[in-house]
Amino acid sequence: MSSTLLKMQGITKSFFENKVLRNVNITLERGEILGLVGENGAGKSTLMNILFGLPIIFETGGFEGKIYLEDQEMHFTSPLQALDAGIGMVHQEFSLIPGFTAAENIVLNRESTMYNFLVEIFGERLATLDYPKIKSRATNAIGRLGLSLDPDMIVSEMPVGHKQFTEIAREIEKENTKLLVLDEPTAVLTESEAKILLDAMRRLASQGIGIIFISHRLQEVLEACDRIVVLRDGEITLEKKANETNLREIASAMVGRRIEGLTQRTGEDRAFTKPILTVEHLWVDMPGETVRDVNLEVYEGEILGIGGLAGQGKLGIANGIMGLFPSGGKVTFQGDELPLNNPAVPLKKGIGFVSEDRRGVGLILDEGIAFNIVFTAMQIHDAYLKTYLGGLVKWRNDQEIVKAAKQYIEMLAIRCVHENQKVKELSGGNQQKVCLARAFALDPKLLFVSEPTRGIDIGAKKLVLDMIYQRNRQHGTTIVVTSSELEEMRAICDRIAIVHEGKIAGILPASSDSSEFGLLLMGAKASNEEGVISVG
Amino acid sequence: MKKREAKFTIKRFLMTNIVPILFILLSAFAIPISQFSANYLIQEMLIRLARNSFLVLSLLIPIIAGMGLNFGMVLGAMAGQIGLILITDWKILGIPGMALAAIIATPLAIALGWMCGTILNRAKGREMVTSYILGFFVNGLYQLVVLYFFGYLIPIRSPELVLSRGYGIRNAVNLLGIRNCLDYFIPVTIHGVKVPLGTFIVIAIFSAFIVWFRRTKLGQDMRAVGQDMEVARSAGIAVERTRLISIVISTVLAAYGQIIFLQNIGTLNTYNSHEQAGMFAIAALLVGGASVAKATLPNVFVGVVLFHLMFVVSPMAGKYLIGQAQLGEYFRVFVSYGVVALALAIYEWRRAQERAYARRMFRGEA
Repeated sequence: MSSTLLKMQGITKSFFENKVLRNVNITLERGEILGLVGENGAGKSTLMNILFGLPIIFETGGFEGKIYLEDQEMHFTSPLQALDAGIGMVHQEFSLIPGFTAAENIVLNRESTMYNFLVEIFGERLATLDYPKIKSRATNAIGRLGLSLDPDMIVSEMPVGHKQFTEIAREIEKENTKLLVLDEPTAVLTESEAKILLDAMRRLASQGIGIIFISHRLQEVLEACDRIVVLRDGEITLEKKANETNLREIASAMVGRRIEGLTQRTGEDRAFTKPILTVEHLWVDMPGETVRDVNLEVYEGEILGIGGLAGQGKLGIANGIMGLFPSGGKVTFQGDELPLNNPAVPLKKGIGFVSEDRRGVGLILDEGIAFNIVFTAMQIHDAYLKTYLGGLVKWRNDQEIVKAAKQYIEMLAIRCVHENQKVKELSGGNQQKVCLARAFALDPKLLFVSEPTRGIDIGAKKLVLDMIYQRNRQHGTTIVVTSSELEEMRAICDRIAIVHEGKIAGILPASSDSSEFGLLLMGAKASNEEGVISVG
Repeated sequence: MKKREAKFTIKRFLMTNIVPILFILLSAFAIPISQFSANYLIQEMLIRLARNSFLVLSLLIPIIAGMGLNFGMVLGAMAGQIGLILITDWKILGIPGMALAAIIATPLAIALGWMCGTILNRAKGREMVTSYILGFFVNGLYQLVVLYFFGYLIPIRSPELVLSRGYGIRNAVNLLGIRNCLDYFIPVTIHGVKVPLGTFIVIAIFSAFIVWFRRTKLGQDMRAVGQDMEVARSAGIAVERTRLISIVISTVLAAYGQIIFLQNIGTLNTYNSHEQAGMFAIAALLVGGASVAKATLPNVFVGVVLFHLMFVVSPMAGKYLIGQAQLGEYFRVFVSYGVVALALAIYEWRRAQERAYARRMFRGEA
């Protein structure tokens, strides 16, 4: 038996013409820890989904390439087969039963049972559980990790770190686990918990288990892994031993995604001094995008980008300020404190918002374009209304609405049959233009735009970005763009703030070197607001 | 920090037990007014415990499996009633009669439970309202069978059971043959209070069954499915099948429960007896402090006692207080529906609170 545990050879995968993996080759030795690094959308998850034989891969046309586990070619068509073959996976989201103890979770659906006569009549499932044995198995697994974890503790009462340990213990309790994939296991852990986890990983590796470690915390990847593979745009851009590379090299290998047809507007350094919006100690309970403690100043007239990896909290900032999720802290707009948790107030004060959830929050899908464009302005400013009886009766002013709609349709080049066409019939790009038109119709002083180019084609992307840019230049509207596409933001923004773990990791001028952004994205510590970065 | 925690638990205790606390307060107020003797009340409570507990017990297993309150238990009740009608016609008396009724009801209840479970697997997250409506639908089938097929397709020999037109069962079926046969199978009288020991033994056996069942692999799987279907599925547990089994068990138990219930009452209201079975059993369980997601054996017995104490006491309390017994009548129907509504609302509210709390914890506050 050779020492090679896993070999993924020439893996290529496309989702509807869109190539997400190009000829990726990965090998993993027994007892080796491989760090897999890359931005969101670089192809890490797709690669892991292929390894696990997730149904989505086959529903979208399968993949090219070969997978060898211990020199044997594998054809997994369901995750259960991969599990049987000895591949364990620890997810970002905990897959634990909240009301069960650690021990019950560790042996979930693999419980030790005792025979009783009813088994003869009703089958195996009426065997009673052997609690002492279950506990000793769990204790054993926890011991292999070298952790202190009470097997009788209920999961819902555990600190997050312990939940993570429980999951790992479950994977290694399976007798044949040879390969363990850890998908961002430290993302929710405190520093000391993460350290314990890394120690546990090394212990497992020394017992001969191969580990693929996916993390956005570069520091940890460097510390814990033997070898590091960086993915970008579905290709391996760097593969080196951990002790032969450094943070900066990794960071620059992962950022800088190619975007076709985008012109960089550099060489134009604008200076701003007057803050229009000041955010202090903002927290937002947005599920999946938790904001913990954000301090930020937005200057009048600028375009500020907010970037960061998915789940770090960048989307929560705008949603919190607009009152869409429970939030707290202090937000000052044009010198007045802005009350939070009330969506009407920021709109009335002249703050507009284009939501990242276009079809859910952004549009009324069953209504026409015209109504969608004027809807918020009608609600907030009583615009496009005819009033009678001293304001008691308000009727829609359809003439005005149509006029305004036509104007925006022409201005933003919204492709449609007529102004009353239902927005659900429009393409993603044109829907996004309707969202922008609605925000513009409010004539905001400050405009938040979240993920403006998500899910729209390349041509529309450029148009949408141009519109945001022009709005800023022609009307002087201050714009805050939140996006996962760093390169797009670098094309239109003046400054870019990077959010990491619910806090601002640093703010840099858009013209800064891409590796600087990479470091911030990965949570390398920025020493101060000016963007001086300490590489440690 | 400590203090806040303590406050949190007291508040939590009050919130989780608001319904039973309310009932205890109401009873404490109404019992003296009603002027019932202690002996009378104890006798009544014993009878009602024997009569209703089994029906309420049948609700526990779907709750463990995360399917909420099984309003579909009326399906089982109907199966039980069909068994009772047949043994009455065949004039099989006493315990053998009850046993035969149960044997006839079992395959019917399994079939109905299978149907109910299959449908509920397609209505995940809306099990309660679906099973409630399903109860009405199957009630229609039941009426078709009992009103048209009995005496027509299914021979019924006893003329006192059949409507004068020659087919269909009469509105009331006298169950004299099995009346109290289980309750007083072992006659025990303490201080003039008759104890339905026979039924209590059956209930005790089934309580023990439920305790034991929770410790089986199947019980463990049900708990897992009940708490997180997706996690259970990814661990390889057959989620749909597990849910289906829980509903089948519940339906069969409800059939037995209805047989025991009617054995105690002594008459079968052919077209009505089952209708309220589900609602009253569910109300009793909720009064005992259970929620949509969690119910225990003490919830069952505390609930039956408190709920029926209110039933017995409120008409008399109403009579002495306002001079009208109807007020009490009105009150008890009002209360049972009100309790279900309140418990459902509190459950949703508490879940929202817990989610918000979980988010705060995740952010790192507290």
